[in-house]
Amino acid sequence: MLKLEGVRIQQGSFSLTADLAVEKGRKVAVIGPSGAGKSTLLGAVGGFVDVVAGRVACGGQDITDARPGARPVAMLFQDNNLFPHLSIRQNVGLGLRSNLRLSARDAQQVQAAIARVGLDGMEERRPAALSGGQQSRAALARVLVQDKPLLLLDEPFAALGPALRAEMLALVGDLVAETGATLLMVTHAPEDVARIADDVIFVDAGRADAPVLAAALMANPPPALRAYLG
Amino acid sequence: MARQLKPISGALGAVAGSFVVAAVLLAFVGIGLRAKVTSGLGPAEWQAIRFTVVQAALSALISVVFAVPLARALARRQMPFRQGLVTLLGAPFILPVIVAVLGLLAVFGRNGWVNTGLEALGLPAVSIYGLHGVVLAHVFFNLPLASRLLLQGWQSIPAERFRLAAQLDLPPRMVFRSLEAPMLWRILPGAAMLIFVICLTSFAVALTLGGGPRATTIELAIYQAFRFDFDLAKAAWLSVIQLVLVGTAALIALWIIPQIPLSGGMDRMVKRWDARGGLQRLGDGVMIVAGASFLLLPLLSVTLSGLSGITQVPASVWQSALVSLWVAALSVCVLLLLALPLSGWITTRPRGSAEAIGLLGLSASPLMIGTGWFILINPVADPVSLSLPVTAVVNAMMALPFALRILVPALRDALDSHGRLCLTLGLQGWNAWRWVLLPRALPQIGFAVGLTGALSIGDLGVIALFADPDRTTLPLQMYRLMGAYQTEAAAGAALILLAMALAIFWVCDKGGRWYAQA
Repeated sequence: MLKLEGVRIQQGSFSLTADLAVEKGRKVAVIGPSGAGKSTLLGAVGGFVDVVAGRVACGGQDITDARPGARPVAMLFQDNNLFPHLSIRQNVGLGLRSNLRLSARDAQQVQAAIARVGLDGMEERRPAALSGGQQSRAALARVLVQDKPLLLLDEPFAALGPALRAEMLALVGDLVAETGATLLMVTHAPEDVARIADDVIFVDAGRADAPVLAAALMANPPPALRAYLG
Repeated sequence: MARQLKPISGALGAVAGSFVVAAVLLAFVGIGLRAKVTSGLGPAEWQAIRFTVVQAALSALISVVFAVPLARALARRQMPFRQGLVTLLGAPFILPVIVAVLGLLAVFGRNGWVNTGLEALGLPAVSIYGLHGVVLAHVFFNLPLASRLLLQGWQSIPAERFRLAAQLDLPPRMVFRSLEAPMLWRILPGAAMLIFVICLTSFAVALTLGGGPRATTIELAIYQAFRFDFDLAKAAWLSVIQLVLVGTAALIALWIIPQIPLSGGMDRMVKRWDARGGLQRLGDGVMIVAGASFLLLPLLSVTLSGLSGITQVPASVWQSALVSLWVAALSVCVLLLLALPLSGWITTRPRGSAEAIGLLGLSASPLMIGTGWFILINPVADPVSLSLPVTAVVNAMMALPFALRILVPALRDALDSHGRLCLTLGLQGWNAWRWVLLPRALPQIGFAVGLTGALSIGDLGVIALFADPDRTTLPLQMYRLMGAYQTEAAAGAALILLAMALAIFWVCDKGGRWYAQA
């Protein structure tokens, strides 16, 4: 599904190499120490970080130089995942049509996505009128209508409390199960890995390792990972 | 392979930028066609240069000298109406010059309040015409600007420093030396230079209060060569002189001019423990009352005499009010067409560059541009018939530097916060403008539009060159009424003009903010 072939990222003195493949439909956690380059790795897949060498492919299509919007990728960032001046309906609608000209069928699809994440009746509200958890749900509704084969989560739920974060991860798990999307998510928390991830990509010392089965890895972590987990 | 990752491209902005540059260059071409260097610098030209520089230097000096105690008083005194007074300091920016001149005449003129008082005391009267009057009016406009710049400077001194000074129990003199003096050294030269440049190109003040061989600025001399002698060669030559003078000053100023505070952030009070002495309280009180009176009395007199004169205004005043409204609307459209793409373009570049294009419009004086265009248009079409569109375009270009300073930070904020989201959603070009950038910058757009509308409706500059005897703008009509000694009608027109300028600004500024919240 996702292939990083001999990829090298250079940002000043920081460099990261990755040579790995992720299979379709897998839920992959990206873990590693702060500053190791987890977000940078996701940025390279999402099109926000240039790669100086190698090639990024998704579903057999070379996307190394594609602009972010043209990639088969939906992405949620740490913050600013919703436009504060637009209603929830408009925010979700932008995932479907970037000019917001929604046909009756489009509008129906938007409505269904909002209902699916449990925000029925809040379509006309602005993000500021929603709680943190509801805002995350709204962003996920947009991911749903974007309907991209690859979903990247760069810690969008980091500001939520533990219970709410678990709830959101469960929702994400359900959504990707329904759409068959492949999930790549940055996380700091080992319990998140246990909760949702099939595989783990460990990023450390300027290298992103190939994904390993989560259960096996967490049961018997190599020295570097053990040092990180503490 | 550093890809430009921005949801908007700079292409349209580059077009808008080229338009501004071309408009100024065309004026240069027009001037170059007619200017005869052989005419040289006669005594009249030297006189005009000297007067221009002297009045601008005096205006700058007096403005900053009085701004220091006024800004200090406002920075360290908590009192009722303080916020209102700080807002009032922004008012001269949108106040039509000719209205202010009428107000100053009522206070300082031959039969004004000041001279009446002096006469009652048996003292000789003061004249408002000539150098005194020009400097007085320039101080009226620029003392508030200097005060705002300095107030911002005072507020940039961290509150912790004042706490430290209080801890050490420093006497007032030491507080001044250690905290305030370094800030003043940083801000004063730039503030003075900015006012100097503004006063170099000021036209309406010199037109109404100057005149005669001893009190003619270059800008006014251009107008006189044009209107009285219709000597295009002389006007063009004076334009060259003006360009060299203002261009040099603007180039110097560019390096030391501080950021102009156009809105907001002025209501913050730093708690102060120094300056509690009775003498300092008294001094600050006197400064605030004097400053407020200096700004408010002329406006009060315009309002009072306007209310009694409004019944006397001829129909021509209402007609020209409509014309002015039309010019302002056109000006705002031109401004938006230029400023939005330009600020988008500037936003996609590294910080600081490209803003210079906006300043080009400011350093090229309106009458100079008007003269150049007139020379080019004259053989092809009747310039008088084009007077209104030309005025609207020139006004938009004059407002452009301010509009860019208002819009660029807002667009930068919007792109910093939401640029990535736009990119992953594929929101680009028009869609990014329509759904993200314009709505996010709406309060600033409203502010810029209000400012441009108010500046344009009150402008008495290039319109005076091209003036159509039948269809003209309200400021020019008012000037004609003053020239014809129709004092009451002029006062009525002044009130209408004042109300229109304030209303345009208020409606656009509030409208933008209201719409952004709704």
